[in-house]
Amino acid sequence: MKPVDFQFTQPATLAEATQMLRDTNEEIKIMSGGQSLGPMLNLRLARPEKIVSVSGLSELREVNQGEDFIEFGAALRHAEFEDGALLEPISGMMRHVASGIAYRAVRNRGTIGGSLCHADPAADWITALTALGASVRIVSAQGDTRDIDMTRFMHGAYRTEVNSDEILKSVILPRYSSSAVWGYYKTCRKVGEFADAIAAWVADREKRYSRVVFGSTAGAPIVSVLLGRQIAVTGEVPSNEVIKAELARLAPDLDPVKQHLLIVSLQRCTKQALNHD
Amino acid sequence: MLHVFEVYVKTDKQNLPGWSGEVKTGIGACVTRKEDARLLSGHAKFVGDLKFPRLLEAAYVRSPLAHGHLKSVTIPEEYKNKVFTAWDLAEVLPIRPESTLPGYKASEQYPLAKDKVRFVGECIAICVAPTRAEAEDIAEQVVVDIDPLPPLVNASDAKSHDAPRLHEDWDDNLFLTTAFDGDLAFAEKNATVVIEREYKTARQCMNPLEGKGTLSYWDEKAGQLVVYTSTQVPHLIRTGIAQHLQMDQGQVRVIAPDVGGGFGYKCVLQPEELSVSWVARKLKRPVRWVEDRREHLVAGANTRQHHYTLKAYADDRGKLLGIDAEITVDVGAYSVWPFTACLEAAQAGGNLPGPYALEGYRCKTYSVATNKPGFTPYRGVARPGVCFAMELTIDAIARAVDREPADVRRENLVPGSAMPYTNVTGKFYDSGDYQRSVSEATQAIGLEAFRERQKEARVHGRFLGLGFGTFTEQSAHGTKVFASWGLPLVPGYEQAMVKLTPSGSVEIRSGNHSFGQGLETAIGQVASEWLTVDISKISVLMGDTGMTPYSTGAYASRGMVMAGGAVSKAAEELATRIKIHASHLLQCKAEDVILKDGEAWSGVASVDFADIARAWYLRPDQLDEEVDTAGLEVTQGYKPDIDTGVFTYATHAAVVEVDPDTGQVSFEDYYVFEDCGRRVNPLILEGQTYGGAAQGIGTALFEEVLYDPSGQPLTSTLADYVLPGAAELPHFRLEHTETLSPYTRHGIKGVGEGAAIAPSGAVLNAINDALEPLGVEINELPATPHKILSAIMVANSPE
Repeated sequence: MKPVDFQFTQPATLAEATQMLRDTNEEIKIMSGGQSLGPMLNLRLARPEKIVSVSGLSELREVNQGEDFIEFGAALRHAEFEDGALLEPISGMMRHVASGIAYRAVRNRGTIGGSLCHADPAADWITALTALGASVRIVSAQGDTRDIDMTRFMHGAYRTEVNSDEILKSVILPRYSSSAVWGYYKTCRKVGEFADAIAAWVADREKRYSRVVFGSTAGAPIVSVLLGRQIAVTGEVPSNEVIKAELARLAPDLDPVKQHLLIVSLQRCTKQALNHD
Repeated sequence: MLHVFEVYVKTDKQNLPGWSGEVKTGIGACVTRKEDARLLSGHAKFVGDLKFPRLLEAAYVRSPLAHGHLKSVTIPEEYKNKVFTAWDLAEVLPIRPESTLPGYKASEQYPLAKDKVRFVGECIAICVAPTRAEAEDIAEQVVVDIDPLPPLVNASDAKSHDAPRLHEDWDDNLFLTTAFDGDLAFAEKNATVVIEREYKTARQCMNPLEGKGTLSYWDEKAGQLVVYTSTQVPHLIRTGIAQHLQMDQGQVRVIAPDVGGGFGYKCVLQPEELSVSWVARKLKRPVRWVEDRREHLVAGANTRQHHYTLKAYADDRGKLLGIDAEITVDVGAYSVWPFTACLEAAQAGGNLPGPYALEGYRCKTYSVATNKPGFTPYRGVARPGVCFAMELTIDAIARAVDREPADVRRENLVPGSAMPYTNVTGKFYDSGDYQRSVSEATQAIGLEAFRERQKEARVHGRFLGLGFGTFTEQSAHGTKVFASWGLPLVPGYEQAMVKLTPSGSVEIRSGNHSFGQGLETAIGQVASEWLTVDISKISVLMGDTGMTPYSTGAYASRGMVMAGGAVSKAAEELATRIKIHASHLLQCKAEDVILKDGEAWSGVASVDFADIARAWYLRPDQLDEEVDTAGLEVTQGYKPDIDTGVFTYATHAAVVEVDPDTGQVSFEDYYVFEDCGRRVNPLILEGQTYGGAAQGIGTALFEEVLYDPSGQPLTSTLADYVLPGAAELPHFRLEHTETLSPYTRHGIKGVGEGAAIAPSGAVLNAINDALEPLGVEINELPATPHKILSAIMVANSPE
């Protein structure tokens, strides 16, 4: 379980990194925290000729803010969110989600951008950031940037909008009002394992925002507009039957156990959120 | 002030005449483990830490298919002298463990596959290079051509007569069938309750922190192949390597350095030990291979998988009248050396009745060959399976007669008054009070209060459950027992050497091995007890066949009983000799000398051990002419007074809550009441119990090797093969009692394996107790949330 021979590079600036992606025939992999790519290299599932490490790029470790948004650099680590060292777009949620990712050793190195680009359907940020209405900023080899909404970011399991000559630079989150509520619930076999089911609900009356997202499905997180609206209107935990019908419509191929776990997760996360109030 | 026992008395130490106090680091003392200083600070030396000039690292080309004819292995020209196959190793004999059990069929496993591959992960070629990564690069360039054959992925299919043959010269796929044909007439006639169940346990990997690892080189000066290997049984491996490489045993030296856990995984000859040694001898260069986790999870998926169909007969009070069982063990492709593929089934058939006073017993066992790695004994050997089956049966009976399972269990156990007791399969239970262990557990849990809470919780939709698991564990069984299992190698007298060094400190040499279980400290305590020397002045050397007397090694919970017993005997003799030498220096009679705090005393005169040693080694001119010439170095052989083993027992009690919406199980309480005879070091024993129970909970709730229909393992990383972590384990509560074995030195019984046996019974009984109102009963391991939730959903579905 040793990787194939590869070249390891650590560009000093984002410009230098994008330069490396330009005009090359080499098979390149971008490494951030390396918490998923590391094992994949060792298993020889990833066989790059060159690795470009972005975890030390200061441009990817910045936090910028505007009146209605906060922009987090992609190379910020889970532990930095967990420890409350960063600004919070919504009270407590980023900390809560970060603290449930794998183990502290992984959180010390793993990054928010790395997790998004790896796009494991069972990972936390993919689902949580979709619920939060985030978008991501992607830089091309030519240095151009484009923003993509999280609902369009993940194409399927381990597939995203980011092309092989692009780098995910940052995650942009809207700021929520102090009356915003959130719930996030996942079931896993043990602490630190990838989830069997995830549900998240985020709502902000002032912004007329309410979104329900199911995660740890076969592919990208599933957004339910209908359930989001219903919970916002009724202020109540939706019933088994209602969630089941919605899931049957949105994801007809789920096996019954998975479907059940998603239903339970949504009920528990809504309950959690409504009690926060 | 007489401290040394003149005659060895088989009773409690405190009752010995003249016994006046504890040696501070002697038997029974809570000495912190000496070895932890290096093990916990990164200073230990495992196979992977060794450094040799010109060292080559090895990687294997392993079979990608479960079953097939190996047509060819193509090696690129540039790697011709770096890759070796079965054709190169023609002079190496296949591993072909024999057994004298009637009907046993031997399998042949070549260290590198020849003609056929029989499981995914079987070694086909060994590749060497200066680094492991380069060796893996070479391995990728080797092309194997395999004609696939239909795979035998589960034992029930492999058992059927029209199944394809795994070993061509066999007439079926059965290594062995055994039958215990007891009389069930009384049970059948008088039973008012008949319980029929099917139980399944999963295939597991043992997952020691350090996997296998081996490093060999040819020592020109000694004319020896020196093999550093991560093993529990260095002397056995020496024999195994010499036999299979067709060398004289004098040409092989095996050294087990620090070993990062064994659990049984390292008590057998590994094919890799043979191929690495062969290449090292051929190239005259040191060669090392270290198993990685993926290799372990694929090629080491070799244990625990049983299937039971069981019929139990009981009366209307739940008194067990008879058991009629069929046990099928999914043995995998090959017999392991020296324990064979049949130890598991032999143990299962013999131990199913466990601690129960059962009269009617019938049991058939099948050891079935399948396309999986060859079965290897794992902590508890067969008993975690039989205990699980038996304990769930007891609870099923209790539910059928509507009684408290703890009561039914206790009433069925062999009573203390019946000890020693020979059970229905001829096991000789030496001592103990099994029933008390259930009473203690019942009390510690607070049974009545729990039932109240359970009732109350159900009203609020919460499902609490209580389960017990009781077992008895044969430990340190010896010559006759192993001979009866028909094995090619049988343990006899365990030897140990104890010596006074020229500076008056003590050195112990044992051919047994310490691989995390604390034996290094514990056998030191035994010597400390006899010699009155503090353990800080006692050094222990183990695991090197060039430096230690012969021992068959550490397995079968025998280390403390056997190596401890041998050290005890040698230390006792050394104490006698020290007294004789001291008598010359003290000008008194040897019988007037007593030992105290590392000094020899006669009246008010004393001489310390350093003076005694100096006189013997450096200043013999000070000694009388008629000095005892046997010296201050003693090797003794020991085995207990009986070969049938001494039986440790315990009751585990688990209180769980099952989340009916997710199938998650959480622990509210976990209590163990254990009796393993004399506790040599209570701290080590607690550690052993926690560790064993943690592994048992892994068996109960988490661990499972899965295969697809073609025999491909689906659990080849730790993301897929789930081990319990600290957060998943309960806070164990532990209590002990000490019923000394009348048949061993100091009354010691084995303890290493025990705690891994009971958890699956206790935990599954607790789950089933919790889910009884939902009409759910889980009889399959592991009880994963998915399995539990599916069962609840089926029970809830309208049809």
